[in-house]
Amino acid sequence: MVARGLTKRFGDFVAVDGIDFEIGRGESYGLLGPNGAGKTSTMRMIACMSPVSEGTLRVLGMDPAHEGARIRSRIGIVPQEDTLDLELTVLDNLMVYGRYFDLPRRVIRERAEQLLEFTQLAERAHDKVDPLSGGMKRRLTIARSLVSDPELLILDEPTTGLDPQARHLLWDRLYRLKQQGVTQVITTHYMDEAEQLCDRLAVMDGGRFAAEGSPSELIARYSTREVLELRFRDPDTDTEAVAARLQGLVQRFEALPDRLLLYADDGEATLTEVHALGLSPDSALVRRSTLEDVFLRLTGRSLVD
Amino acid sequence: MRYWMYQYKRTWRGSITTSFLYPVLYLAAMGLGLGSLIKGRVDGVRYLDFLAPGLLASTAMQIGGNEAMYPVMAAIKWLRTYFAMLATPLTVIDVLVGHLAWIALRLVMVTSIYLVIMSAFGTVHSALAVFALPVGVLTGLAFAAPIAAFAAAQQNDTGFSTIYRFGLIPLFLFSGTFFPIVQLPGWLQPIAQATPLYHGVALCRSLVLGHVGLAAAGAHLAYLVALTLAGFAVATRTYRRRLVT
Repeated sequence: MVARGLTKRFGDFVAVDGIDFEIGRGESYGLLGPNGAGKTSTMRMIACMSPVSEGTLRVLGMDPAHEGARIRSRIGIVPQEDTLDLELTVLDNLMVYGRYFDLPRRVIRERAEQLLEFTQLAERAHDKVDPLSGGMKRRLTIARSLVSDPELLILDEPTTGLDPQARHLLWDRLYRLKQQGVTQVITTHYMDEAEQLCDRLAVMDGGRFAAEGSPSELIARYSTREVLELRFRDPDTDTEAVAARLQGLVQRFEALPDRLLLYADDGEATLTEVHALGLSPDSALVRRSTLEDVFLRLTGRSLVD
Repeated sequence: MRYWMYQYKRTWRGSITTSFLYPVLYLAAMGLGLGSLIKGRVDGVRYLDFLAPGLLASTAMQIGGNEAMYPVMAAIKWLRTYFAMLATPLTVIDVLVGHLAWIALRLVMVTSIYLVIMSAFGTVHSALAVFALPVGVLTGLAFAAPIAAFAAAQQNDTGFSTIYRFGLIPLFLFSGTFFPIVQLPGWLQPIAQATPLYHGVALCRSLVLGHVGLAAAGAHLAYLVALTLAGFAVATRTYRRRLVT
């Protein structure tokens, strides 16, 4: 998949503002970004459900503007909001969806059985969808996207609203699909998920790419190896004064209402220096830098909407 | 269309029952009950014979209209079924044609049941009545296509009650189903004649009673076909505008 200057406009509003990317076969590619960053618009263009306003896009080597239906026949789509039929049974949802791909009934039935096994929904096959839990519905949506045996899977926030058990089950399934060579494009708000699932990812903000790379590259480029978190619980502590004294200690630091974040390659050493300055925080925690640190640095801490 | 058939599997029992029950109730109450008060002949036939084909066309209108309102809105907003379809190789035209095909199939079912009941009531007087089946389907589609076009352009369902109040119900009452439109005040007659249901009713009646005038039948047919095609053309536009963004 190749995009050059990919742009999506809705009237005067520019949702996606000239992004470039390439995704190879079998790769897992993540799109991160705050709400309204343009992730879903990008996904809908890739899925050939939304026309490209400007720029070029090739999916599976084809042009979505002319071969949308052919491309869609080879991709599986998990939309952000479930579009299951609540009044049909679990199995019928898969049967109907498979028929949209013009697959023979027998083939769909075989695949549906495997997929329900795979997503651990087999015992609910003949139940209606409506009363199922959110996690089950999400798993069914994923099973449905796989009925056509796609080469490319497009997952828009696949685990939003799921409990940890369901998320881990899904991660496990997605990992197995990746091993089978299925290319995946994923958006998510969960940084641990991005770190787990994606070979490469892009952080989007305001319709553009703020950064792109593998999770470890991004951490190396935009954060330090470790983060020291200090808390001063004493309400009399003059945080500004403390902050001023810590300023020289590390390359970067952030003062949040409840704690101070010191970005350092060696957190323990920094903590020793903090103590040497005569400061005694109520708690100190040294942790590894995560994608979340990268994300917040690139997109800011303020709410977007 | 297959999707709608699947969904129908769930509700067919209730729906088949009403499909049988309504014609029986209507024909018994209006035709036999009310008709017994009408001593003379209406347009040269018994009131029951006059009424039955009109009811057939009116029912087709109601089915066509209903199936193109809430189900279309649901497929766009509530269940988002159309979007699920568009994530597959199906195109917007496939989605629209599929839905209208399903409505047509529903119309075939309802209209054939109606014809069976009508013959049980002894109101079928011509072999031409078999053509009332396609005409009933066409009458339903002449409403379904433009109403689906309208529904796809709506943000919520408030417009639908307007369609019922100012569209379907007045047409049901004043398009010649229950009495010949010559009974209407003079200025209302051209208006009644301009409505689509009038043409469906008149054509069905002429077929069932076996009084078909070729020119008139051709005009009725042309009107209904034109309305269906125009509705379809507009629907392709409103569907595309709504579903492909």
